[in-house]
Amino acid sequence: MSVTIQHEDFDVGTEMSALRSLSNNVGAIVTFVGLVRDLSDNTLVENIYVEHYPGMSEKALNKIIEQAKLRWELLGVRVIHRVGTLGPNDQIVMVLAASTHRGHAFSGCEFIIDYLKTDAPFWKKEVKNNSSEWVVTRDSDVERMKRWHR
Amino acid sequence: MKIKVLYFGRPSENLKLTDELVEAPAQVKTTGDLLVWLQERGEVWAQELTESRVRCAINQEFADWKAPLSVNDEVALFSPISGG
Repeated sequence: MSVTIQHEDFDVGTEMSALRSLSNNVGAIVTFVGLVRDLSDNTLVENIYVEHYPGMSEKALNKIIEQAKLRWELLGVRVIHRVGTLGPNDQIVMVLAASTHRGHAFSGCEFIIDYLKTDAPFWKKEVKNNSSEWVVTRDSDVERMKRWHR
Repeated sequence: MKIKVLYFGRPSENLKLTDELVEAPAQVKTTGDLLVWLQERGEVWAQELTESRVRCAINQEFADWKAPLSVNDEVALFSPISGG
């Protein structure tokens, strides 16, 4: 299973070992881990709440992974996205991409996290100063995603 | 026409609703029509469910406001996505 959405924390080392054991042909694994920051627009974030659209989020992530596999030679991919209440410095998302060579692993990993930001149904709410605010899609994330079309 | 409507993100919180089954009247033929019909429920609905503030999906695929609806479709209405 390459996609998991869970409340619990994850261990990158454990996930990497699983990808390593896929094949002796794995020559490179690129890891991306997204963390919760304590500052957003210069305001202190106490915690964040993440929700998703069960069913569609798994489907959307698998679609993104399939697209990546069409473009690069990826031997394995693992995506974990956490939901629920998370605090500053907590791990929120992980993307691992394994390939024979690093070029494919780097590009595949970056493509998947860029599309996850714009095409997977997750929502973040930031709690700060006793008020809360739903985060909107950032223009910079849309720009990063569009680079893959050029 | 029976439609299952799901709400996520800001509209779900402000409308205090995660999902409901609706019996949409005959004039509701597209996602945009559904939005206009739901807006008629009151001020907070009209405020939350404007085309500029929400996005939609039909049967777990992103859709636009011109997408046609069929009986028993699952329509999700949500604020802009912000994962990762």
